[in-house]
Amino acid sequence: MDNRFGLDRRVTLAGPLALDSGAALAPVEIAYETYGTLAENGGNAILICHALTMDQYVASRHPVTGKPGWWLQMVGPGKPIDTDRHLVVCANVIGSCMGSSGPASIDPATGEPYGMAFPVITIRDMVRAQAMLLDHLGIGRLKAVVGGSMGGMQALSWPATFPDRVEAAVVIASTARHSAQNIAFHEVGRQAIMADPNWRDGDYYGSGSAPAAGLAVARMAAHITYLSEAGLTEKFGRKLQARDAKTFGFDADFQVESYLRHQGLAFTDRFDANAYLYITRAMDYFDLAEEHGGMLANAFRETRARFCLISFDTDWLYPTRESRAVVQALHAAGARASFVELSSPFGHDAFLLDSPEMNRVIHGFLRNGG
Amino acid sequence: MSLRPDLAVIADHVAAGSRVLDIGCGDGALMAALRDDRQVDARGLELDPANVAAAVGRGLSVVQGDADADLAAYPDQSFDYAILSQTLQTTRNPHLVLDQLLRIGGRAFVSFPNFAHWRVRASLLWGGRMPVTKLLPERWYDTPNIHHVTIDDFRALVKERGITVEDAWFLNNGRRTGAAAANFRAEHAVFLLRR
Repeated sequence: MDNRFGLDRRVTLAGPLALDSGAALAPVEIAYETYGTLAENGGNAILICHALTMDQYVASRHPVTGKPGWWLQMVGPGKPIDTDRHLVVCANVIGSCMGSSGPASIDPATGEPYGMAFPVITIRDMVRAQAMLLDHLGIGRLKAVVGGSMGGMQALSWPATFPDRVEAAVVIASTARHSAQNIAFHEVGRQAIMADPNWRDGDYYGSGSAPAAGLAVARMAAHITYLSEAGLTEKFGRKLQARDAKTFGFDADFQVESYLRHQGLAFTDRFDANAYLYITRAMDYFDLAEEHGGMLANAFRETRARFCLISFDTDWLYPTRESRAVVQALHAAGARASFVELSSPFGHDAFLLDSPEMNRVIHGFLRNGG
Repeated sequence: MSLRPDLAVIADHVAAGSRVLDIGCGDGALMAALRDDRQVDARGLELDPANVAAAVGRGLSVVQGDADADLAAYPDQSFDYAILSQTLQTTRNPHLVLDQLLRIGGRAFVSFPNFAHWRVRASLLWGGRMPVTKLLPERWYDTPNIHHVTIDDFRALVKERGITVEDAWFLNNGRRTGAAAANFRAEHAVFLLRR
């Protein structure tokens, strides 16, 4: 039994990992899961990259919330990402808080949690850390890298950073750069965390009280961007929460308020506020064109990878035009690209929900790519 | 699986190993045939998401989009052939789409139903109604064919735009028919164009 493979794995890699900021990270801890079996020739591996607040528990029960894997309908035996055929790897990104190196990890220089001493990381740094993990697992070349939202940014960054290590990329509800509006929403979240007196400049790990109120507000603001107006209206409208009339006070009179408060609070049980700062920063810094001389097409000139992009018509966080911009750059670079905009009432979150069309496209793309 | 007759004509005349952009590629039937039989590197553009999904499921590279809006994003001369089959008459600006085809591709195949076919003429002349035929099955108010065109109209347009007709094929009942009086006798035309 090779203990590098299986559920709930952890590895400490010596590093150092050279980061875009100029700093270096050592050691590099990575928490990950694998599903399925690596082929003799190592050629059947698919890497799944997770979104901002997701983690490595893509198809297994979450240890904190007890909820089933976040992409169960996509990953498993006979599913579009078929664990009978592929070795599927999903790793917690660096900067996060589910076991990979992040601000809550111990800084070897001080023996204390890093807090704000953790270096600022980028999407490309996350990808480089994943490449170190693949080296450890003996995977040279990925059959595919797949991700939605921030996972899609990693899936775009993979062939740009390691052109020879990836055969195909599936990029769902994502973008090649964060827009001013994307950055603006993230800044609201970060300021909410930093305004919480419990934040203490990030040095709260020994204090017994985390900046949960600030983190909850950050989550509430972000959560609105994951839904569509039509979806919110359909789900809540102006319905009142367990009452017959307005209270003329500031309780959660409306169901939508109650829902957001619940989302915010539940989030603080499973997520670290500093990790939220670091990962949102990484997303805001993401601009794949900027990393390649200002020309997005240049990011894809070295790679032979096939690309499949999917957007959703009600996603206003990473709208269809962002995917189209990537497709145009792929065309300019001569890369093989497929793209489809799917219809869904659920906004950005649609990529996490069961969608027969999305399943069909991804299944077909992964299976028949030759 | 046999190809639609106009697509079969095109498939027979695409050089093996070439690069092809199929605009309005549907579920990718022509692209798949070109890839499998002639080792063609085919890419597609298609409006309908269900068709895109079907084509991607065949392992083809297909992008959702429409000919009027999205051709401008393709680089100059990035394909040996641009193919526009039974789509020209559905575009908002057919003349501009033609220009785009020959900007993107070295050559262009264009196929369209001939609105001057005798059955169409008879329908208008004797019936006084917009024709509903096998090739043009929709009624006037729900047809996607917003720019009906005849073979002679098409010849005039390409001449006006300085485009060379390298070859042309005419179809009737799915079978080839001669060039003589094609504007009257042919239901369907396939043109091979170059600048």
